[in-house]
Amino acid sequence: MIADSTAPEAWSSSSWERSSTARVVSPVRPRKLAKVPFVELAGGCLQGVVSSGSDESRVYVSSIAARTHAYSCSTNNNRWCGGLGGSPCKHLHALANEAVLQYGVDRVARYLRVEVDAEVSTGSDLIARMNGRPEQAQAETVFSRFLRHLAYLELPGTTAPLPEMHWFPATGAVG
Amino acid sequence: MPGVWSELTGAVPPGVTEALELADGFDRALAHGLGRLGEEHVAALEALAAATAATPLGDRVAEAVTKVAAGAAAEEHLVALAGARTALFGAVHDALLARLDAVLGRTRAEWREPAAAGPYGSENLLAGLRSWLHELAVAGWRGVDHDLAAASSQVIEAMLAEPGLRRAAVLADGLAAELHAACGVLDRIPARRWADLWARALLLTHVGPDGRSPLAAEPAGTVSGRLLVLGVDVHEHPTAVQLQVHALLEAGDGPARLVRTAVGAMKVDTVVGPALWQLFDAHPVLLGALAGRLTLEVTDLPLLPGGDLVWHDDRARAGEPADPFVTARVGLAGATAPAVPPLERHPVRIAEPVLLEGYTAVTGEDDTLTFVLDGDDPDGALPVAVDRLPSCGPLTPKLVARSKACIGLLRWDAGRWSLQPLAVQVRAKGGVTATHTGDWAQGPTDPKAAKAAARHGNPVAVLRERAGRLLRR
Repeated sequence: MIADSTAPEAWSSSSWERSSTARVVSPVRPRKLAKVPFVELAGGCLQGVVSSGSDESRVYVSSIAARTHAYSCSTNNNRWCGGLGGSPCKHLHALANEAVLQYGVDRVARYLRVEVDAEVSTGSDLIARMNGRPEQAQAETVFSRFLRHLAYLELPGTTAPLPEMHWFPATGAVG
Repeated sequence: MPGVWSELTGAVPPGVTEALELADGFDRALAHGLGRLGEEHVAALEALAAATAATPLGDRVAEAVTKVAAGAAAEEHLVALAGARTALFGAVHDALLARLDAVLGRTRAEWREPAAAGPYGSENLLAGLRSWLHELAVAGWRGVDHDLAAASSQVIEAMLAEPGLRRAAVLADGLAAELHAACGVLDRIPARRWADLWARALLLTHVGPDGRSPLAAEPAGTVSGRLLVLGVDVHEHPTAVQLQVHALLEAGDGPARLVRTAVGAMKVDTVVGPALWQLFDAHPVLLGALAGRLTLEVTDLPLLPGGDLVWHDDRARAGEPADPFVTARVGLAGATAPAVPPLERHPVRIAEPVLLEGYTAVTGEDDTLTFVLDGDDPDGALPVAVDRLPSCGPLTPKLVARSKACIGLLRWDAGRWSLQPLAVQVRAKGGVTATHTGDWAQGPTDPKAAKAAARHGNPVAVLRERAGRLLRR
């Protein structure tokens, strides 16, 4: 749910509510996508897809749940990752590190509900502050979201104007 | 021309404030949820109905308000309300643009009703989107949860595959992403913005009895001639990007015409910065002209009634070098601007190219930038929309602050005018250097930026490779 700020008095000092181009989503920062092509904060999890280091047609689906910090890593065919012992595997560390590059450490920590201080700067630092347990999550769902994500780049472009894009100005210089 | 700019920035045209207050009332009701309106919200909707009573929409809006107030809002009633709100913003747009044209001395073509465009798209999908917009309106923005924000994802996915529905799909996808991102973390509501997006999306789902969309139009004809580029404006949300080139078209004997031409691509959120240009590799002639500051010779390009050329890269070839600042200095004043299609009239669409010189750039304490244009007249100050400088190009706020001349787009939002820079000239050792948003269309030319881009690899190529391997085609 979105908190209420629609009482007239809440508007008096702000032009943000009366802006057609108010910024709602912060743009993500550029990062190298080869190792971890997909990262998202969705459905109560930090989740994503990590390329296998040894087999280029295999990927791992990794996730860390907000609050409980339960973690999961398996192949896209639901085979449990062999690197998961009593602690998060290298795929989960890669996922967390790339998430921090993409969104910034504060946004990831806030989403996962991890208490952080100035010492925490990487995804691995965040993992060190968690005390979750391995718990198999639904890899298919994340994997199909990744495929849908990829499908955007397969769609043909347009040469007719999209006038509605005037509501979405370029997002200022980042990083 | 002392005092000219204060005429634009110093006073609001008559009627604008009142129209926007009516819209604010509607936007508060929509934020609260049309399914559970309080007395003040019903009063706001009644005021909207009263304001449109004398228009052709009057009866339908009045009926819609009665039904919505009784908690029995059907989709047709919401379309009527979206229409009424759109009419308000249309009137605001017209008043603002008329003032702008008067200040600039710009001639604008008359609107000619075009032929309706061909079949629009699958009625099922449009109905699916309309149904989501109905649910959003009933719940109100504060009632949106993750499930409702995501409820349109299948419909949008199917719409994206239909070229005729791309406009509606891109808009709905942008709105859905914002609602999703805002759930649980946003403590205030961008009421006007989301009502804008909601109303336009609803109108885009509307199909006339002839099966056509009132927002689409057939080209008025084709044109051939020379295009002199003024600059490129970049629009983007997580899954879409559009380059809109503003240019002067010289075709035939008449005065040059101000035109726009746009190319769009679907993307993902991790494709940002200079990598955006790689999504447009199907338009090498256009990108080459932007990067090389060249003229374009075009043949038989369809021209839409709103002054948009439908780009065909294979009907264009690059010509002589042309400095956009020379184009603007020589040609902009005498060029004819296009009429704006009635249903596109909204202040957000105002993007009028101008050349500014002889200003003083003033940086405020909170990093705001203002161009003082009319000497000491405080009304002759124009805020610079540095937050709109695209991450894919070399323009930075610092460069704009040092500039002596600027090509930009005049914009209006949240009650004020601003200037969105497309290019600047800065005095440097041995002369003047110019920087344009399109300079990196063929890759970053600045060694530092090129190095940063190389460090991030080629995200488009990486994801396309993954897609080729994983999407079973």
